[in-house]
Amino acid sequence: MSDSRHPVPPAPIAERVRALEEALSAKRLVPDGFLDEAAARAERDLSPRNGARVVARAWVDPRYRARLLADGIAACEELGFHAANERYIVVLENTPTLHNVIVCTQCSCTAWSVLGLPPDWYKSPEYRARVVREPRALLREMGLDLPPNVAIRVWDTSAETRYLVLPLRPAGTEGWSEEQLATIVSREAMIGVARVEVPPGR
Amino acid sequence: MDGIHDLGGMSGFGAVEVERDEPVFHQRWEARAYGLNLLGLRVLRAYNAHEYRHSVERMDPLHYLAAPYYERWFTGVATLLVEKGVVALADLEARAGGRFPLSRPAASVRPADAPPREHARFAAGDAVVVRDIHPLGHTRVPRFVRGKRGVVVHIAPRFVFPDVAGHGLHAHREHTYHVEFQAEELWTDAAGNRESVIVDLCESYLEALP
Repeated sequence: MSDSRHPVPPAPIAERVRALEEALSAKRLVPDGFLDEAAARAERDLSPRNGARVVARAWVDPRYRARLLADGIAACEELGFHAANERYIVVLENTPTLHNVIVCTQCSCTAWSVLGLPPDWYKSPEYRARVVREPRALLREMGLDLPPNVAIRVWDTSAETRYLVLPLRPAGTEGWSEEQLATIVSREAMIGVARVEVPPGR
Repeated sequence: MDGIHDLGGMSGFGAVEVERDEPVFHQRWEARAYGLNLLGLRVLRAYNAHEYRHSVERMDPLHYLAAPYYERWFTGVATLLVEKGVVALADLEARAGGRFPLSRPAASVRPADAPPREHARFAAGDAVVVRDIHPLGHTRVPRFVRGKRGVVVHIAPRFVFPDVAGHGLHAHREHTYHVEFQAEELWTDAAGNRESVIVDLCESYLEALP
């Protein structure tokens, strides 16, 4: 923290984190391996690859798509994806004339089970401040230029609902398997700041 | 509270930089800070998720804006563990070898809990207006929709009322509503731009539009 009102700088953040961990451990409040396991589980189990599988299944299976749109949390659990802090997921279906984009303006809430822990750009003051005020301009800056006839809905994650954008399936993927489709669905597309596109050469 | 965390709609911020192939944690301390919050919430049960959010909101505004995400996260956790008496600030400062900034104290408010309501007060399609409230304590109604008119597009289940739970008090559950606000209602220069914002709002934040 650079703060001219404090002549003494704070201890470095890594030292502060270590200090709290040590203080808790000295009181025997940290179960063996808990912190290692928490981080490992976040890296292994909370992943946008999960959401990509949900999207790909919805693209190839109309009945799954209907279940997903009716009850997001049950449909994600059906594929084995759940996080302890998630109780209600609403899936937002993009159409050729409606684009959805997700934000959490007051903190950085997201559906961890299918989007992973949120990336830095999603947590930045820049994104949180601007996407509700000027979504079309911001998305264009980020590389998603939506035609003026496409309506934009920005969803602020201000309570317990967690959101997942169901992007449009790109042309040129007819006949692809669910597994192939899942490889091209990015986290950015499931937040709503990008399209799903077929990589050159595929 | 009308805090620095309530960023929606603020002007003056620059470009959003997307990092390609971003790792889940950039540095080890971020992973440790992440785990320490799960410890406080789920193992020690020293506080709830609403208190955690409010603790981050109570950071000094200059610290909040300058700190990376997991420093904000960590400051919220450390503040609560000190406030709840789990660890002592002097001990943390001694172990860290320097100053250890925490969030500011919560306002001494006692938010009134409302009697539970059996049925949802509003239905999809209802026109509503957001109460123009400025609580000193925790709230989840963003400033940019206070006093604004919107339409209910979806009713979510009942969840614990954050304005009360954020102070560690027993709170009732109430429905939240996905309320759509047209950009022209929120911002003066947005007529006809085909943009809208949907905010997930507690029943207590809303009034029927006469």
